[in-house]
Amino acid sequence: MKRFFEKLVEGALLISGSVTSITILLIIIFLFKEASGLFHSPVIEEGYELALNKANPVKKLTSYQIKEIFDGKILNWDEVGGKNEAIELVRLSDLTKYYSEAELGSNFENIPAKASELTSKHPGIILFLPTSYIKKNFNGTLLKHETLIPGDFFGGKEWYPTASPSPQYGLLPLLLGTLWVSLGAILLSLPFGIAVAVYLAEIASMKVRNILKPVIELLAGIPSVVYGFFGLVIIVPFLQRLFNLPVGETALTGSVVLGIMALPTIITVAEDAMRTVPRAMKEASLALGATHWQTIYKVIIPYSKSGITSAAVLGIGRAIGETMAVLMVTGNAAVIPHTLLEPVRTIPATIAAELGETAAGGGHYQALFMLGVILFVITMIISISIEFIGKKKYQ
Amino acid sequence: MMTIENIKTNTNFSSPLGVRGSLDVKGLTIDAKNVDFYYSEFHALKNINFEVNKNEVVALIGPSGCGKSTFLRLMNRMNDLIPGTRMTGSMLIEGQDIYAPNVHVDELRKEVGMVFQKPNPFPKSIFENVAYGLRVNGIKDKTFIEERVIESIKSAALWDEVKDKLNKSAFALSGGQQQRLCIARALAISPKVVLMDEPASALDPISTAKIEDLIHELKKDYTIIIVTHNMQQASRVSDKTAYFYLGELIEYDQTIKIFTNPEKLSTQNYITGRFG
Repeated sequence: MKRFFEKLVEGALLISGSVTSITILLIIIFLFKEASGLFHSPVIEEGYELALNKANPVKKLTSYQIKEIFDGKILNWDEVGGKNEAIELVRLSDLTKYYSEAELGSNFENIPAKASELTSKHPGIILFLPTSYIKKNFNGTLLKHETLIPGDFFGGKEWYPTASPSPQYGLLPLLLGTLWVSLGAILLSLPFGIAVAVYLAEIASMKVRNILKPVIELLAGIPSVVYGFFGLVIIVPFLQRLFNLPVGETALTGSVVLGIMALPTIITVAEDAMRTVPRAMKEASLALGATHWQTIYKVIIPYSKSGITSAAVLGIGRAIGETMAVLMVTGNAAVIPHTLLEPVRTIPATIAAELGETAAGGGHYQALFMLGVILFVITMIISISIEFIGKKKYQ
Repeated sequence: MMTIENIKTNTNFSSPLGVRGSLDVKGLTIDAKNVDFYYSEFHALKNINFEVNKNEVVALIGPSGCGKSTFLRLMNRMNDLIPGTRMTGSMLIEGQDIYAPNVHVDELRKEVGMVFQKPNPFPKSIFENVAYGLRVNGIKDKTFIEERVIESIKSAALWDEVKDKLNKSAFALSGGQQQRLCIARALAISPKVVLMDEPASALDPISTAKIEDLIHELKKDYTIIIVTHNMQQASRVSDKTAYFYLGELIEYDQTIKIFTNPEKLSTQNYITGRFG
């Protein structure tokens, strides 16, 4: 009977173990599956066409070139490999400038014919209109429906997923935003965190430690939205005044808030590591005439080096993955930051803010999943490095 | 070139009372008078009077919890690290009251080295372990450090075993070698007194024999106080033996007398193995 129960418990443990592993695996597979569609998604918005005059030698445009043309930044065809001819931008709504409403027909039934006519007459035209208005006898070149190439994503300098006709999915501003904010956070919190850890582990009296440690651990339990709120109400106006900025929501604000959030992790992990230094080791150092401070930096810190590194890496991990607080305080401008005092947008904040507005399966949706993959890869590198550091203890 | 004597005059351990040993009228290395010691409420040592001459080896024996280790740790103020402890009476080392307010405890510990029960090398190379004491005492002269390290390892009878691997981790050594490394580490800063807290209790018989031989050698240059649970060891290595029981120093005499003709019944019972 007893044996039977033991077998039963063993079985239950096995099942829960495998169910957990399979769930995690499924989530990862789902993430990669959804993201993989990104490089099959078209450069031009679905259901639309870009038409050029037949004489125009340009046969294809990159996503970025299309965006620049429609933003009015590229004005001549020679900039994209064509003849020296001014670009004439025509959207569906612009047709009324060329034809009267009567000519287009009361139910717009003449649009296909007129669009064809317009394209053939204007050598510099680029016409953007729904596929349904393009008929078989259309007199012009339709740009080929290219798919997004990895270079557009990984090397893209603009994140503008709602741009029409060609949405921009450039990773760089978001990745750099994430890295800047995280780097700033770790630079602020690591020295401070280690100092507090040394203080708690070595200098503070038992009484002080018994009060401080639970308070610091309590900090780890505060929901991130509260940190975000605190950052928005206190740190944003403070930094705005301090640096005389137009807006206080900057990468630095995010770093400060994240730094505060990462502190409990760093302090707790580093302090635990320092407290595992054997008493014999400390006594050996003191018995040789080392002062308390010499013992701290010559024995305790080197001995707990791997623990301190883990603390730093865990802190970075927390900072990189954090969503809510950063979303609230960094200003969310998806531009490549040049200083810490500019608004930035991080990868997790982008996913959280935009996923609700996307059509499932669309390019934007897939791009957000690809961001998730990037985040996953970064955090996986961090976890692996923790493992590696943990194993590399002094043998 | 720097010498050990130079280093010593550079330290200010003895400076508060002027020339070292000038007050030491009896020429004693250690002179404890009316020492009482408390762990919070617990009265761990009761009115201990204890004297040691230069270059003597004194064994402290007694059953577990009798206070012998506590007394040993009073001599380099290691008990200061334990919160809630209190000592009364006086403890003179070479005439200097080591509990006087003007004594820097780290300076004191350079004069009174210590070897612990379990080998506790630092997670550093063999060389750096021995050099540690010199480095924390501000010695930067590389050739001096090198000479001193080699000399200390030789004094600890470890040289032949480690001379080819000074840069290897100290953890790669056997337990007995590690303990001799810890002795070398303690010797490197040229202490006056070496305290040993059951230095061989974690070692095998061969390593133990090596440590005992080493103690005989070290006696020429150092005053050694050794705590041991091993009666044979006490009789083999020490000149004098002190028997502690329940926080009191019951009997303190020449080792030969303690082991052949003790005055107190309690001592006799302990050394003949009737209890403890």
